[in-house]
Amino acid sequence: MTAGTLMPYDEALDRFEPVLGLETHVELGTKSKMFCGCKTTFGAPPNTQVCPTCLAFPGALPVANAAAIESTIRIGLALNCSIAEWCRFARKNYFYPDMPKNYQISQYDEPLCFDGYLDVEVEGKTVRIEIERVHLEEDTGKSTHVGGATGRIHGADYSIVDYNRAGIPLVEIVTKPIPGTDRLAPEVAKAYVTELREVMRSLGVSDVRMEEGSLRCDVNVSLMPRGSSEWGTRTETKNVNSLRSVERAVRSEIERQAAVLAAGGKIVQETRHFHEDTGGTTSGRSKEEAQDYRYFPEPDLVPIAPDRGWVAELKAGLPELPSVKRKRLQAEWGLSDLDMQAMHNADAIELVEATVAVGAPAADARKWWMGELARRSNETSTPLADLPITPEQIARVTELVASGALNDKLAREVLEGVMAGEGTPDEVVESRGLKIVNDEGELSAIIDQVLADNADAAEKVRSGKIAAAGALVGGVMRASKGKADAARARQLILEKLGVQE
Amino acid sequence: MSLIRKTAAELGSLIAAGEVSAVEVAEAHLDRMAEVEPKVKAFLHVDRETTIEQARAVDARLRAGERLGPLAGVPIAHKDIFTTRDMPTTAASKILEGWRPPYDATVTARLREAGLVILGKTNLDEFAMGSSTENSAYQVTHNPWDLSRVPGGSSGGSSAAVAAYEAPLSTGTDTGGSIRQPASVTGIVGMKPTYGGSSRYGLIAFASSLDTPGPFARNVLDAALLHEAFSGYDPMDSTSVDAPVPSVVEAARNPDVSGMRIGVVKEFAGEGFQPGVLARYQEAVHLLESLGAKVVEVSCPSFTTALPAYYLIAPSECSSNLARFDAMRYGLRVGDDGTRSAEEVMALTRAAGFGPEVKRRIMLGTYALSSGYYDAYYGQAQKVRTVISREFEAAYQQVDVLVSPTTPTTAFPIGERADDPMAMYLADLCTIPSNLSGNAAMSVPCGLADEDGLPVGLQIMAPVLGDDRCYRVGAAVEQALESHWGGGLLSRAPEL
Repeated sequence: MTAGTLMPYDEALDRFEPVLGLETHVELGTKSKMFCGCKTTFGAPPNTQVCPTCLAFPGALPVANAAAIESTIRIGLALNCSIAEWCRFARKNYFYPDMPKNYQISQYDEPLCFDGYLDVEVEGKTVRIEIERVHLEEDTGKSTHVGGATGRIHGADYSIVDYNRAGIPLVEIVTKPIPGTDRLAPEVAKAYVTELREVMRSLGVSDVRMEEGSLRCDVNVSLMPRGSSEWGTRTETKNVNSLRSVERAVRSEIERQAAVLAAGGKIVQETRHFHEDTGGTTSGRSKEEAQDYRYFPEPDLVPIAPDRGWVAELKAGLPELPSVKRKRLQAEWGLSDLDMQAMHNADAIELVEATVAVGAPAADARKWWMGELARRSNETSTPLADLPITPEQIARVTELVASGALNDKLAREVLEGVMAGEGTPDEVVESRGLKIVNDEGELSAIIDQVLADNADAAEKVRSGKIAAAGALVGGVMRASKGKADAARARQLILEKLGVQE
Repeated sequence: MSLIRKTAAELGSLIAAGEVSAVEVAEAHLDRMAEVEPKVKAFLHVDRETTIEQARAVDARLRAGERLGPLAGVPIAHKDIFTTRDMPTTAASKILEGWRPPYDATVTARLREAGLVILGKTNLDEFAMGSSTENSAYQVTHNPWDLSRVPGGSSGGSSAAVAAYEAPLSTGTDTGGSIRQPASVTGIVGMKPTYGGSSRYGLIAFASSLDTPGPFARNVLDAALLHEAFSGYDPMDSTSVDAPVPSVVEAARNPDVSGMRIGVVKEFAGEGFQPGVLARYQEAVHLLESLGAKVVEVSCPSFTTALPAYYLIAPSECSSNLARFDAMRYGLRVGDDGTRSAEEVMALTRAAGFGPEVKRRIMLGTYALSSGYYDAYYGQAQKVRTVISREFEAAYQQVDVLVSPTTPTTAFPIGERADDPMAMYLADLCTIPSNLSGNAAMSVPCGLADEDGLPVGLQIMAPVLGDDRCYRVGAAVEQALESHWGGGLLSRAPEL
């Protein structure tokens, strides 16, 4: 179970070319399961969302969920796929305790959607990822292995199974092999999953939360020597459960395979497990002793033959897809490719859009999300969208700055207060006393005190060294605890000292 | 005449008119069961209390003025392959010994809605795999005509119960002939409705694309009344047909075949058929002609390939359907002593819980679906299935119904074919094509074979959703023969 030796990435890429393949499973957010009426709520007590059908009681039968079929077709259309005129479910037979029927209802040689593509942007280049198929199947239950060191079945004292997840609709999206990514293979893999996730979100078909397993990714990697045209043996790394892990899994698998090949070894076609802690993969079951799934058409269900008119309606009703939307917003906001890419990478586009939608100028909204809030996100390892602050609150802060009630420094304090749970921006301004000093009398008094305390500097200014005024303004800001309007203070200082700029 | 000798229609009328209560009728049948069950052994589960309770509830519903169907209060024997909330359901397998389902099958629920009173659960070949009911893990059922012979199978408990007057009606399931063949060898009426015409929800699956629930009765009208009571579209079964139930009761009441075109299947005669069976069959064909039907010979050459195709398709589906019996969630669990893995417990349980015929079919099916063999076996069998369906369609262009003997021989002696699966499989030679094509088919008694004095059945096959044609022709044959015999065929059965 050791990770084995690795070859440094740059050296690996000097000697080998990678070919990628990605299989992504998306749990659909339908109200009921794929083949029965049970609820799909995440996190319910174990084995409370079950019935004779999803527990595979004798005699129980499946009935296909029409909403899941519709969602799958919409996914296929968004990924530029052809939609089957007629297709069937198939049984994939294998024994495993978390699969109640000991077969999974899936699709085999007749997927609902096929031959599509998804374009992703990597370092300013568009990479077209070809989609082999999009099909519909059911999820399994969830096994927990208790005791033992690894949390895996081997070495466990006993195992428990929660069948709440059994039968939740699952869409599998399989790419064709992706050659030609070269050094960018890890980035391409990550960009693809990121883009796919956004497409799902824009379609509203899944909450695509990788940490909850509603989007799961298997990464296939093979290497061939530079100049070769014959692809190498691939491995399949399972359950890569974050975007960062997708990138890391590809990178480490390239490094591992390169080391094996360079030492004259052979890559075994196998399933590998990704480890979040080490960033490496270890061997799982070997595909060479792989099961024969004995697929055959599911006789308990009737074929699916989507009406062409209905498919056309679904196509016409697709929302603006993320890549198209990004281009539109970039134009509207007048941003460079690089700025837009940075926002995309930070997952900030939707947040900025939402902030603009509630009245903030795009430049301001972007400034806060990509500046102060991105910093906070990095520091706390919290995704931007999960920070305890809303687009409405950001919009209010930009409004207060625009009206002159806050300056940027105070605004940052307001944001901090909001995220600390102290209330709305207005409540934080009130409770922390953060309003800019607009009272001319109060400001004038502060300036008089600062001029008296800094007689030397005041004299320099009076004698024409206007540059020295900066120190006095700084003094006013300190004395007012940052609440003075610096520009107005400077104006008044110069007035009082009888000089003009 | 005692209550147990009456038809289901007569009992329903008497109960509806208040001349006899459902409880009295149930008690008469429970008493009969107490008397003959030791000889017949048709039932796996009988619970007098539960039965009387159901009958009492029906009487109360009727007294309250509830309008129930024509079979309200009539007792029924229920094949132990349909789930029942209030009785164990085993499919005659050790792997489900003592299992109490948390839900009723659709057929069970509809029987209850119609006010039928369930007397108990009847014996069958384990998971409906067999043609003699000898494959039951619990007991061997005996043919009331000759207790040393089988009652057919897989629904042999249901056929024997009706033939022995333990129940006027019973349910069965027909995957390759499991209703028609037992009906034929016990001298009663058995109907396999159009596939999808009756719901499979709660029917423990053997072969999903073939399994069809259907009725047994001692006459055609009773079978039609039961057919109508539990058939029809069920949203819980995706393969059920969303169409009105063919008007089978009306057809059973109009036994008129004049002008009907009847096709005699050329391939189902000759070698392998018992002479006494062929004699009665040919008489029945002549009878239909004398009643005004036009009889023509029809050739369906692919029907001879139906048996091998069936023995690839049915085992393939069963190998997958029976995978769920794994000791994890219900039923038998063997070897779970804390030292074994789930995989080992599954294997030990399946080894101990399934009988030899079930294992044979699981292995056959597993092999037929294996990568590298799929095309040659399962794939090829599906092609044969398509060809057979086309031959049926072509035949129904020329004729309204097809007829054949239901089964090549009369009831065979217990034990005779138990160790010879191929001989056993031949019992379903004539019935299997209708399962592969999904069309409707009935077996109706047409006399006793000269050589052994045992019942012979006439099979009447009709197109998909042409179930009413089976009843029309069946009723005509029944009416003519009964007037000739001076009563039903069963009146000639020996006293038990």
